[in-house]
Amino acid sequence: METLKAQKKDSKKQAAIRITGAEAIIHCLLAEGVDLIYGYPGGAIMPVYDELYKFQDRLTHVLTRHEQGATHAAQGYARVSGKVGVAMATSGPGATNLVTGLADAQIDSTPMVCITGQVPRHLLGSDAFQETDIVGISTPVTKWNYQITKASEIPEIMAKAFYIAKAGRPGPVLIDITKNAQFDKLDFIYEKCTGVRSYKPNPEPDSKAIESAAELINRAKKPYIIYGQGVILGEAEQQLKALVEKAGIPAAWTILGLSAMDTAHPLNVGMVGMHGNYGPNVLTNECDVLIAIGMRFDDRVTGSLDTYAKQAKVIHFEIDPAEINKNVKADVAVLGDAKQTLDLLLPLINKNKHPEWRAEFDKKHEIEYETVIKKDLEPTKPGLTMGEVIEEINKASNNNAVIVTDVGQHQMIACRYAKFSETKSNITSGGLGTMGFALPAAIGAKMGAMDREVVAIIGDGGYQMTIQELGVIFQHNVPVKIVVLNNDHLGMVRQWQELFFESRYASTVMTNPDFVKIAEGYHITSKRVSERSELSSTVQEMIASKDPFFLEVRVEKEDNVFPMIPSGASVSDIRLK
Amino acid sequence: MENKWYTISVYSENNVGLLNRISGIFLKRHINIESLNVSKSEIENVSKFTIVVFTTEDWTRKIVAQIEKQIEVIKAFYHTDEETIFQESALFKIKSALLFDEPQIQNAIKESNSKIVTVHREFFVLAKTGRRHEIDEMHDRLEPFGIMQFVRSGRIAVTKAEMRITELLENFQPNN
Repeated sequence: METLKAQKKDSKKQAAIRITGAEAIIHCLLAEGVDLIYGYPGGAIMPVYDELYKFQDRLTHVLTRHEQGATHAAQGYARVSGKVGVAMATSGPGATNLVTGLADAQIDSTPMVCITGQVPRHLLGSDAFQETDIVGISTPVTKWNYQITKASEIPEIMAKAFYIAKAGRPGPVLIDITKNAQFDKLDFIYEKCTGVRSYKPNPEPDSKAIESAAELINRAKKPYIIYGQGVILGEAEQQLKALVEKAGIPAAWTILGLSAMDTAHPLNVGMVGMHGNYGPNVLTNECDVLIAIGMRFDDRVTGSLDTYAKQAKVIHFEIDPAEINKNVKADVAVLGDAKQTLDLLLPLINKNKHPEWRAEFDKKHEIEYETVIKKDLEPTKPGLTMGEVIEEINKASNNNAVIVTDVGQHQMIACRYAKFSETKSNITSGGLGTMGFALPAAIGAKMGAMDREVVAIIGDGGYQMTIQELGVIFQHNVPVKIVVLNNDHLGMVRQWQELFFESRYASTVMTNPDFVKIAEGYHITSKRVSERSELSSTVQEMIASKDPFFLEVRVEKEDNVFPMIPSGASVSDIRLK
Repeated sequence: MENKWYTISVYSENNVGLLNRISGIFLKRHINIESLNVSKSEIENVSKFTIVVFTTEDWTRKIVAQIEKQIEVIKAFYHTDEETIFQESALFKIKSALLFDEPQIQNAIKESNSKIVTVHREFFVLAKTGRRHEIDEMHDRLEPFGIMQFVRSGRIAVTKAEMRITELLENFQPNN
């Protein structure tokens, strides 16, 4: 704050304009390059909505049908575009409905600014109508939050909000603005924030650490890369590819790292984690140098930490110092932005190939193919599998769609089998596992990348958590393709019940409505597929459509997702059946 | 790893809500804050939190990293008791009559280096500064006679080694 004030003194004086706080908020958004926001109006945010009405030629507001939808749409937009997503809501219930999206954005490092209205300053703490302490509530799930109670604070705080949301490891910021601050006038000048004195978002790369990393990599016989979303957020995709190719290192993705590298690349060996691929999991415990890039060793990736990669020297490329040694001890920690650190590393890396080590992954893949993949992708039983639907989408979209998934079996299947040739294409709720994420996130993703094909793949459970957002698709004619893989169950929980709770299906059987009719109610072209013979042509028809399209695929009711590392087990003990 | 006492020192901007943000880091990990003190620091407009925990060094290190990650935290450190000079303060409110009736109270005051802050007709107030065990001892000595009120502050501590915060702050200035 002090710094900002100091900067202001130095910079050339702009002419201030005398406007209301509400109008100032719009000017701040425009100055930050925002042209699209998602939200829901209500009493305490009405002055801002009144200004949105006046500025609708420059700033599109999309009325989601629930505030949670606004956050997920903003997230989808941010994840696909790399820009900051913006969501807006009123005080009280409007604000509390943002909490799930904030938590999701926090754990998945998504840049988002949420603006909430608040009761007037003089009513704070009086239990006024629709008053809730959203700053208190959102503290654990935001990167930063702030309550504005004076109009004069607006430009500085809004600038800081956008800076913090995007800087370093991104995350959500919530700005709560009391109604008096929206009505009151201020002398408005906007200056972008370029730094906060107490916050150092990008640690300076340490050349010694980079040299040590290079030395380990150059000496390694069985080096192995696991890459996460840090590569995408840091726009280090080219650097990752260059490292993989120069040193001949097999690389696997975490769920959020997926699409950072072409899935067809010969050294891209699959997914790690609970439902990842067999080789990438098992060989984690056979590599001699494990190179983690922009990932955080989540428990769903590591399984039991006591038996995780104990034989390997671990190199951790990471922007957030708090992630170093949090779960897995790093022998070499390289702090910094992935692009910057990999650029410094690359010249020190010797050209190499590890054909025998790479072949280990092929051997494991063969085992997985025979026991799992073949059944998923080339089923001989009559019931449709989720895997074959994903395969058809791959084919119809030339492996180039943005795939937005919800949470559960379909998500794991999609992240195993979807093919990607472009970065920022896999949009899913990884850390929080938020059911209901996909439909609104797909809306945001499509609006953030209108030139891309956006396919939402959703289970019948999660779909019904935010199904009301079909209203947005209809009203704004957002041409997303919605595929509901309907097994009439909460499939993943049912799978756990089958495997670990002796098939006691407590509350996982769903009696579903006619999804096609519901989508038709929103005037969305809708199809249902129950037979294999109809699948390919219907998926092609869906992808070819220029309009929103809903497709329900009736899949096998009690299929399980394998491989699977049982909760708390070692990556070596991954089950194939 | 064994549990030990650690003093966490946090230098931060003086902003509303930061205490909530910091305490949440402990809450989330189910680690109890044994003592907490917030004051100004040696640097103008910079606040200092002094937090005492009884846990492992591994947890302490992780907590400090999470604290330092907060936008408005400038720097956080942790130290063992051996690395710091630390004190707590306590106030004892006691019936005035006891001061005259019980010679042991007078002895306790003298021997413990306590100070009488104020004396009223009905009560007097005793201030004792020192290590936790010294204050506990004083409490144990006075308790049999009846303590009307007792309060103890959080730990305040300075480190034997330099903190280099001013230097850090200069480095944190953005380049423009």
